[in-house]
Amino acid sequence: MERFADEADVVIVGGGPAGLSAAIRLKQLANEHQKDLRVCLVEKAPQIGAHTLSGACLEPSALTELIPDWKERGAPLNTPVTEDVFNILTKKHRIPVPILPGLPMRNHGNYIVRLGNFVRWLGEQAEELGVELYPGYAAAEVLFHEDGSVKGIATNDVGIAKDGSPKDVFERGMELHAKVTLFGEGCHGHLAKQLYKQFNLRENCDPQTYAIGLKELWVIDEKKWRPGRTEHSVGWPLDRHSYGGSFLYHLNEGEPLVALGFVVGLDYSNPYLNPFKEFQRWKHHPFIAATLEGGQRIAYGARALNEGGFQSIPKLTFPGGLLIGCSPGFMNVPKIKGTHTAMKSGILAAEAIFPKVTAKEPNSETAGLHVPEYSENLKKSWVWKELYSVRNIRPSFHNPFGLYGGMIYTGIFYWILRGKEPWTLKHSGLDAHQLKPAKDCTPIEYPKPDGKISFDLLSSVALSGTNHEGDQPPHLTLKDDSVPVARNLAVYDGPEQRFCPAGVYEYVPVESGDGMRLQINAQNCVHCKTCDIKDPSQNINWVVPEGGGGPAYNGM
Amino acid sequence: MSGRVLVGVKRVIDYAVKIRVKPDHTGVVTDGVKHSMNPFCEIAVEEAVKLKEKKLIKEVVAVSCGPQQSQETIRTALAMGADRGIHVEVSGKDYESLGPLQVSKILAALAKSEEAQLVILGKQAIDDDCNQTGQMTAALLDWPQGTFASEVSLEEGKVKVVREIDGGLETIRINTPAVLTADLRLNTPRYATLPNIMKAKKKKITNVKPADLGVDLTSRLEVLSVDEPPQRQAGIKVETVEDLVSKLKEVGKV
Repeated sequence: MERFADEADVVIVGGGPAGLSAAIRLKQLANEHQKDLRVCLVEKAPQIGAHTLSGACLEPSALTELIPDWKERGAPLNTPVTEDVFNILTKKHRIPVPILPGLPMRNHGNYIVRLGNFVRWLGEQAEELGVELYPGYAAAEVLFHEDGSVKGIATNDVGIAKDGSPKDVFERGMELHAKVTLFGEGCHGHLAKQLYKQFNLRENCDPQTYAIGLKELWVIDEKKWRPGRTEHSVGWPLDRHSYGGSFLYHLNEGEPLVALGFVVGLDYSNPYLNPFKEFQRWKHHPFIAATLEGGQRIAYGARALNEGGFQSIPKLTFPGGLLIGCSPGFMNVPKIKGTHTAMKSGILAAEAIFPKVTAKEPNSETAGLHVPEYSENLKKSWVWKELYSVRNIRPSFHNPFGLYGGMIYTGIFYWILRGKEPWTLKHSGLDAHQLKPAKDCTPIEYPKPDGKISFDLLSSVALSGTNHEGDQPPHLTLKDDSVPVARNLAVYDGPEQRFCPAGVYEYVPVESGDGMRLQINAQNCVHCKTCDIKDPSQNINWVVPEGGGGPAYNGM
Repeated sequence: MSGRVLVGVKRVIDYAVKIRVKPDHTGVVTDGVKHSMNPFCEIAVEEAVKLKEKKLIKEVVAVSCGPQQSQETIRTALAMGADRGIHVEVSGKDYESLGPLQVSKILAALAKSEEAQLVILGKQAIDDDCNQTGQMTAALLDWPQGTFASEVSLEEGKVKVVREIDGGLETIRINTPAVLTADLRLNTPRYATLPNIMKAKKKKITNVKPADLGVDLTSRLEVLSVDEPPQRQAGIKVETVEDLVSKLKEVGKV
């Protein structure tokens, strides 16, 4: 069956801050220069913003560059940060750490935002400028010209039953061809994973390292509400060798809403560690519980985020395409911010592409345009300077003193020297290879959820609004069906049962006979990508399900 | 017969989303929440498009009553195969109090002005679960109705409908023009594919105001409050039949 194909000048995969900023900038340039430019953006979420999840404290630098009159246009930056609190938590107490000017986590001048709402607003700006937005359609395949350059993407075939056979409603996906394709899939994109291999983009950089971030929205007792207050913590309940920490932000949008969450570095070594349960028990710390008591949880979600920073940035351009945003990864880890750099990368991509796609004669060796100028300009921009200056902070946590060594390093080398030290520390390697065998580790006793402050996994997943068409092949694919029981369960006690924040993976007894099997509850998936990252056998391959499936986050 | 079918489509909160009651108890939170076409409306659209593909009718017109965003719902219907759309603009307080009575008045007026041969609706919407609009529309038009349809066959001047009823299935034959409401087993709606969504942008959607149709939107109902269902209380286990009987007596059930 032939696929319907259409042509655009630029195709953008992913409707997040990077993709939308690139789209907006392209159309701004097109209008400025009175050129016609067809920009198509595909996004797997059912509506723009529905798969967006972040803390978030937005640094408005890139936004002001892109849309200087964002305030007049009603951008939802309603909560300027008024208070910055940092604590090292112990089981019952806290040690405050002053956030002196110059430290990366200082938030003066920034805004607490509900990133999903901000992304939705960016989508409206893009549509006004004439960008064709197609939420609910997932880019499933990269298309190539005969010369090996990228030709565009294809959306997935839909209407396939669980067993792989076509249903009555089967429809082939569509091909979108473009002069150049921008890939902005966010952290650990599945098409980016293929592109790294295809074009050997990672041969000169460290592997990317990640963390998982779990988040909830709570309506709290008005008496406890302090709009504009940001709280961060490290320490309890994680031990000093497990990187991670928490955030709690008081929004100012009418009701007493707080956004809170917990981040766990995915380079942890104990397979019994359960990030979801760490998050739930952190909320019981007296300092945190005091804010949440009497409140009501209204949302839940999770997403992997990058921690590799400068050392892990891959080659960004290849014939026919570019990587933007958290997909290649421009997150400033100690600042815990990646939105401003993602947006800037989108803007730079647009500015580099524009002259090439509007040129009368395409000056390119390959059918798909190669735009190395994007990468060169990025290296000259503030994004590069910023990431370079904080490059050693995250790796500095790999020392005998763990967390404390890292904080001391940050204090000396960042605060005083602004990252000018001449060395660059390396990361430890793939997160997936950091797990120790279960027999060498101690199981962790997690408390039971109390149903008021802490909750069980399944009721949390229900709050994410996630759903998928049930009768489709599971999108969590296994390269080798025998590996989960033979290796993951046998050696590591099935860590996927614990690191998945949506209960997708369960080891259950086989129906007849002895032994266990891996049950994949694909419908629960919240598209966080943690399994693809942390599977010690690297056997799980996340592919995109039918478009429109996944979480239904609202302003997360 | 005109060969024109009017299909009503409603934009509702997606069925998988957890509903939250507004803090002031006047309704549920809808801002930014994922919405989609009411599943039974999808089935209605599919049935109309199937009739057109069998060349039994000539044109499918999709109608939605609501704010600006209802246009997205109409576009989905257009992408599934409807020929054109009508957006009846209702927003703000009017939209909050919009219910089956007003919608059926609107649909009846449109059915007359469009000279529809059939009006096909979903049997109910998943937000209010009223199951009234189809029936009221038929009554206002004085047309026959075939509700809870699980099978529809068009004949000369008539339509045969197999209805899902409590006891099983009932088959009726009614004259056209008629109102039909779609039940779950009528068909499996097709996907709105990306090429069709792109093509749908070129199909026409006319904007209409309820006043233009002579419809008064004043509601005869006033919502006093909206609350969450009471929390389910834990049950108690009893050891013996005697215990059960005495507990039942205690709570006054026996």
